[in-house]
Amino acid sequence: MSHLVLDGLTKRFGSFTAVEAMDLSVERGEFVSLLGPSGCGKTTTLQMIAGFVPVDSGTIRLDGSDLGPVAPNRRGLGIVFQSYALFPHMTVAENIAFGLEMRDVPRAERDARTRAAMELVGLKGFADRYPRRMSGGQQQRVALARALVIRPALLLLDEPLSNLDAKLREEMQGELRQIQRSVGTTTILVTHDQHEAMALSDRIVLMNQGRIEQIGAPDAVYDRPASAFVASFLGKTNVLRGTADGRGAVAIGDLVLALAGAGSGPVQLAVRPERLVLAEQGLGARITSRVFQGTHWLLGAESAAGPVMLMRANDGLPVPKEGEAVHLRFAPADAALLPGGVSA
Amino acid sequence: MSLASSERSAPFLLTGPALMVFLGLVIVPLGMTVLLSFYDWGQYKGIVPEFTLKNWIEVFTDSYFFEIFLRTFRIALLVTLATMLIGVPEAYILNRMSPAWRSGFLLVVIGPLLVSVVARTLGWALLLGSTGIVNQALIGMGLIAQPLPFMFTETGVVIALVHVLMPFMILAVWASLQRLDPQIENAALSLGAGTLTIWRRVILPQIVPGILSGAIIVFSLAASAFASPAIIGGRRLKVAATLAYDEFLNTLNWPLGAAVASLLLIALVLITVGSNRLIERRYAQVFE
Ligand SMILES: Nc1ncnc2c1ncn2[C@@H]1O[C@H](COP(=O)(O)OP(=O)(O)O)[C@@H](O)[C@H]1O
Ligand SMILES: [Mg+2]
Repeated sequence: MSHLVLDGLTKRFGSFTAVEAMDLSVERGEFVSLLGPSGCGKTTTLQMIAGFVPVDSGTIRLDGSDLGPVAPNRRGLGIVFQSYALFPHMTVAENIAFGLEMRDVPRAERDARTRAAMELVGLKGFADRYPRRMSGGQQQRVALARALVIRPALLLLDEPLSNLDAKLREEMQGELRQIQRSVGTTTILVTHDQHEAMALSDRIVLMNQGRIEQIGAPDAVYDRPASAFVASFLGKTNVLRGTADGRGAVAIGDLVLALAGAGSGPVQLAVRPERLVLAEQGLGARITSRVFQGTHWLLGAESAAGPVMLMRANDGLPVPKEGEAVHLRFAPADAALLPGGVSA
Repeated sequence: MSLASSERSAPFLLTGPALMVFLGLVIVPLGMTVLLSFYDWGQYKGIVPEFTLKNWIEVFTDSYFFEIFLRTFRIALLVTLATMLIGVPEAYILNRMSPAWRSGFLLVVIGPLLVSVVARTLGWALLLGSTGIVNQALIGMGLIAQPLPFMFTETGVVIALVHVLMPFMILAVWASLQRLDPQIENAALSLGAGTLTIWRRVILPQIVPGILSGAIIVFSLAASAFASPAIIGGRRLKVAATLAYDEFLNTLNWPLGAAVASLLLIALVLITVGSNRLIERRYAQVFE
């Protein structure tokens, strides 16, 4: 049985559906990210799990028992807010100990656990600081320690790193992942940052307009996007138009590939720029732009199947110039068949 | 004039006009009032510009004055406590309202400030009189047999002042509530705190500076209020402000009136500056 199960979770604000019939199972110790553009219902989902936002329909089960009737202050979940929501009138130690105090943990144990939590997040020696006197990264650590010290059944993180600058964010990503591994708390992270989701998660839940688009491991979702939305939201991607002949072959311009499940008629394929390669023959294209990016060149081209982008490693070999005619190809395994024909 | 010296004098030149107004309209009359309080006065000789401590000795030794000052500060304290008790929850509720409702109710709250003191206080006189609506309603409901004396009592003055000064408390508390992190209650909730604990441990400590600054404003305005005590308190129920007024305009003992006014001012300055210091020291490290 899964640790956390969302079943048909739905939330409406008036006539607007923020989260629609969401199904999700999270295993114990797993790190799952809810990823999607702003306004797609990630925070609302998290707040329903936390109990801050009432559920319209559907259930939330934690270890098999329904969380619905449990008040938010009895759920025992650890939450890190985007703004951190630290108590500004309490010191770091008082902030972290607050949850233990609410649980009537005896003084000695409370102090010991507070100290351990501060050590875990690298805040040794900050016990008597007030949050206002700390940097964003340090405040973030206090928030994390405050949420973890109560040994929550679930750790819920709502865009915890979005207020940090890029360099610090990357540092904290690594640290967050390492801390989560060491304590083993089942974690749900809400983010709109695809790199963050891919770097941290065991599985990514891609959301769009209140619905789940795809669930899977980061590399699986990246390599095999289930929809045009996923393909375009996660990294750069090319959407190529082709025609299936109904016997398992798809023609994209002059390139013919064997693709199982293509059916017949017009199809759309998603191919990552790094999987498109220059070849002697294949899909005819003309280079329209050429940008040097250090480790590679980013080439733009106009092909018979639509505009494409491709990456060409900076390996010392000549790189086609703008206006040059080239041929492109890719392995059938590198193409994801998008549903919905050529509508998009 | 060298550049350096013109740069140094710029601030003085720029603030000059405002400074002149302040000096001419506030500091000079104030100084003259204090000076006046040391002058002599007699029924037949009038004001005599001779230095004497007579007025101050009278103000400090006559139990009549002591009683009036005691009443003034008792009323101010009661008004402050009442505005706190009502205003803090009201500000909190206001802060939780949806924006559309909030702007409507905010207008209701600030309403008293938009009506002239005299009109508002006369309204209270009509409501609180022995044949006023409040008494008639209470008698009609059979709760009381005799009308309650509101007019010319401290209770009446306190009620009227609470009404007038409530906006100052609510706005001060509301300002500090708006500085709270919108997720702070959810954070406390997720850590296991109940509603009361959240209020006591998380919300209240953060808005104490707002409550105290509201209290300082309300206290000083209540202690120096003139119109409401004059209309509702009447002739007999004097407070410091109406006392000074009477000494100036009825008895014509200006020096004594000046001593009363100066004492009220000094007491208020000491109380407000003192409590402000206290707040700043207590909350310095938490709220910059
Ligand atoms: N209390 C609310 N009242 C009305 N609409 C809301 C409320 N909370 C969220 N929404 C709407 O629900 C949608 C999803 O919001 P949210 O879950 O915060 O998105 P995300 O966190 O993915 O950016 C948004 O369009 C937002 O405007
Ligand atoms: Mg959000």
